[in-house]
Amino acid sequence: MTSGGLIERMQTGLWAENPGLVQLLGLCPLLAVTTTFVNGFGLGIATLLVLTCSNALVSATRRWIRQEIRIPIYVLIIASLVTCIELIFKAWFPTLDRSLGIFIPLIVTNCAIVARAEVFASRNPIGASIADGIGMGAGFAMLLMTIGAFRELVGQASIFSRLDMLTGGEPFAGFSFADSGFLLAILPPGAFFSLALAVALKNHIDHKRRISRNAGMPRRLRRAR
Amino acid sequence: MNDQTVVKTGMILALIAAICTTLVAGTFQVTKHRIAANEKALLEQSLQPALAGLFYDSGISESRLVLKAPHELPGNDAAIIYRVFGEGKPVAALFAVTARDGFSGPIRILLGVDSSGVVTGVRILKHRETPGLGDKIESARSDWVFQFDGHAIGNPVVTGWAINDDGGEFDQLTGASVTSRAVINAIRDTLLYFETNRDEIFALSGTGEDE
Repeated sequence: MTSGGLIERMQTGLWAENPGLVQLLGLCPLLAVTTTFVNGFGLGIATLLVLTCSNALVSATRRWIRQEIRIPIYVLIIASLVTCIELIFKAWFPTLDRSLGIFIPLIVTNCAIVARAEVFASRNPIGASIADGIGMGAGFAMLLMTIGAFRELVGQASIFSRLDMLTGGEPFAGFSFADSGFLLAILPPGAFFSLALAVALKNHIDHKRRISRNAGMPRRLRRAR
Repeated sequence: MNDQTVVKTGMILALIAAICTTLVAGTFQVTKHRIAANEKALLEQSLQPALAGLFYDSGISESRLVLKAPHELPGNDAAIIYRVFGEGKPVAALFAVTARDGFSGPIRILLGVDSSGVVTGVRILKHRETPGLGDKIESARSDWVFQFDGHAIGNPVVTGWAINDDGGEFDQLTGASVTSRAVINAIRDTLLYFETNRDEIFALSGTGEDE
């Protein structure tokens, strides 16, 4: 695949086939941890790393993986990678690890990862699979960060609280704008509302784009579509 | 599929399992010292508020003493005592005990007592008290728990270790006298225990391996 093709692959994951916004995969961590920007960022990066490495490994071994044993092999590869990532987080980002809690090990069950292994990595060369992993992982991470930042802004009227979990150093309360926010955004229903808003926003943008593209075409062509 | 392919498939599965295990084992070897150090630092850090900046040079986590129930301290779960030393002499003892009679379930309390029996700090480790009322026992939500700092048995006398409503010397939280009473009683009982058992607490050698 050419380098242009690789970039296109990444863009697909970021927008057109975004695992969270379009495929609606991996909703459990997406809804559960996005109470702050930093939490969303942490889990997003962890998922991105696991997804990229698992795509690379599955693609590298795809010649030897037989149809009958492919699922156990995916599970083995993904579970090992998640365990490694969990150990690395525990060693270098201990506070972030405690804040994300069970959701780091639960990346194993993120169906977005197994779906990419099955749909893409098992049928494509390593380069394309890595590009796909980065694109899909980054798409998922961006969504986690956006929803995390949105819920933090609305729910706590602050942003970037506990940024020290990534950088180390003294606890950082974040930039606060008001004494209290709209509490619903932090609570579980707020997660669903935020995701719904994000999906709606994406569809709206896509719709606008389609209209403007159509408007730019000659009349005859437009009718032909 | 025939026998040969079964064997071959099994071999592939075993090989990939071996590779994955090596990967995890390698990461574990690289990270294990850092993880152990982090956990120790976290424990020491969480105990700091109850130490009120006292000087010490001993490892706190190594001096842990776990008392299994039944014991004479408050609570019917395991009580933990961390002994703190400076230049070989006892400096303070930190108690993690449970007040059983909270308004909605047990309240886990961390209490620091210096070697002369004076309270150095009180923190609430775990509770399920009513948000807005009883949860003001948390140091982050009100400064109610700070009123015990510097007090000891004798200052006030034992009967003074109660909330104002019960004729004691300490403030209660508005709308949460049950919670306040539970916390104060647990502190008082721990202080009394410390007074009678002080020498044994510091003399015992224990690392808490029996938890």
